Amino acid sequence: MGLEDNFYGEVLLDHNLHPVHRHDLPCATCRTDGVNPSCGDDISLSLEIHDGIIENGAFTGVGCAVSQASADIMLELIIGKTTDEARHLAHLFDKMIRSEITESELEELEEAGALQNVSKMPARVKCAKLGWRTLESLLEENG
Amino acid sequence: MNEALLSKANFPVFEVYKNLVYLDNSATQQKPRSVIERVDRYYREENANPMRGLYGLSVSATEAYDSAREAVCKFIGADSTREIIFTRNATESLNLVAYSWGRANISEGDELLVAISEHHSDLLPWQILAKEKGAVLKYLECDQTGLYTAEALRAALSEKTKLFAIAQISNIFGRLNPIKEFAEICHANGTLIVCDGAQSVPHIPVDVKDLGVDFLAFSGHKMLAPMGIGVLYGREELLEKMPPFLSGGEMIEYVTLCGATYAELPHKFEAGTVNAGGAVGLHAAIDYIGELGFEAIEKRENELTALAFEQMKQIPYVHIIGADDPAEHHGILAFTVEGVHPHDIAALMDSQDVAIRAGHHCAQPLHRHLGVQSTARASLAFYNDEQDIERFITALGDLRRRMGYGT
Repeated sequence: MGLEDNFYGEVLLDHNLHPVHRHDLPCATCRTDGVNPSCGDDISLSLEIHDGIIENGAFTGVGCAVSQASADIMLELIIGKTTDEARHLAHLFDKMIRSEITESELEELEEAGALQNVSKMPARVKCAKLGWRTLESLLEENG
Repeated sequence: MNEALLSKANFPVFEVYKNLVYLDNSATQQKPRSVIERVDRYYREENANPMRGLYGLSVSATEAYDSAREAVCKFIGADSTREIIFTRNATESLNLVAYSWGRANISEGDELLVAISEHHSDLLPWQILAKEKGAVLKYLECDQTGLYTAEALRAALSEKTKLFAIAQISNIFGRLNPIKEFAEICHANGTLIVCDGAQSVPHIPVDVKDLGVDFLAFSGHKMLAPMGIGVLYGREELLEKMPPFLSGGEMIEYVTLCGATYAELPHKFEAGTVNAGGAVGLHAAIDYIGELGFEAIEKRENELTALAFEQMKQIPYVHIIGADDPAEHHGILAFTVEGVHPHDIAALMDSQDVAIRAGHHCAQPLHRHLGVQSTARASLAFYNDEQDIERFITALGDLRRRMGYGT
């Protein structure tokens, strides 16, 4: 693979082509839509929260590889965590996008760290953040 | 005709970005040296506030500005410079019509007919006008190839239809609409026709009197000129009766504490200090196009379009939006690649210095009508060359592999 072939990186390509959490979630306790009006991308995020713990989550919708992979990686990361931990990770993701993140914080983001380089492209920041932004508003609405 | 003007060598941006394949000409065109130098000379040697000062420099600024208006007038075949209003761009031109003519002439129950493929700039002003006045907004639909028919137009018009808005060339399909025929149909029905010329005026000869349109809007920056200068052509008798759009300096004759008389056309519609630098740049762009000739421009753009079109059709998973004939595309090739989102198409192409557009191209209703979320778009200008097409096609053919597909 040449340099330009690594443009998106394998983690991102894999999550885009083979998303684990892209499906309906019949037992969801809450659901909300996130839209990226500049490109028309939209996702629907569903979570199953019991006693403050995100027991399951999924997304559906359409979008570019960056938005889809980012949402899939996000769900991988937050399932099994408390809503407070999920908020903390969303905050860290935001810091990463703004290039203000420390090395140890980056480790907490695990695979989401794969979005670090793509996020340096101003036009793609919104794509990378779509899932996380939707998560934040979902948690906001549902305590 | 001066064929040397077809060359990229006349465009300084390509000296800086030697490897750039620029295929986003429908969004904005690059600027030739002669335009950049003309604007530079205006600000070095002729700048003052036009039409205001009683001193030599202001007179020369006024002359440069007036002479640009005369050039535009000739370029589109208008009867008089009173019919040429300078604006910021086609969007502002269309808003001017909607706010000034629209608010004076549209009332509850009237109908506005808009082609469904219109750019948001030729759709939202009418949508807002309709909401404000309690008028009915109707859409004229095209088929999947972007074809609008006279029959469909006749059927869509009613005695209440006050206005029909349509682009001469759609920014997605690239298809040339039969504006002259549509204008006749509209006028026979007592309906005005507003034509968005943003994608046509840079590429084909446009004569407003021959077309018979009531209004024509276009942008300078899509035709070699600087950003921030655009044109509204309007039939003089319509403009005469229209109230001002913006108010302020340079558009009044007399002003008192409780009223004002407005300046003559076209100044009535040009409130505030004008963009004289942009206007002289547009003048230089018109001179460039004039020297090159539309015959040469169309020949070159059609050749390149056909070359790109035929090769795109050979690539599996690539689908071109619109007609199956490159001659109907006028340099505009919107497309999708199965399994690859348009944003990813544009980003991967950018990594190989190929600049194309991705998204809904400010035409969301059309994308819904076609049943696609968004598309990618390559758009050509005469200064593109065969090498540009080759680099674009190579990048396009490699997209799916780079996204992790087997083929």
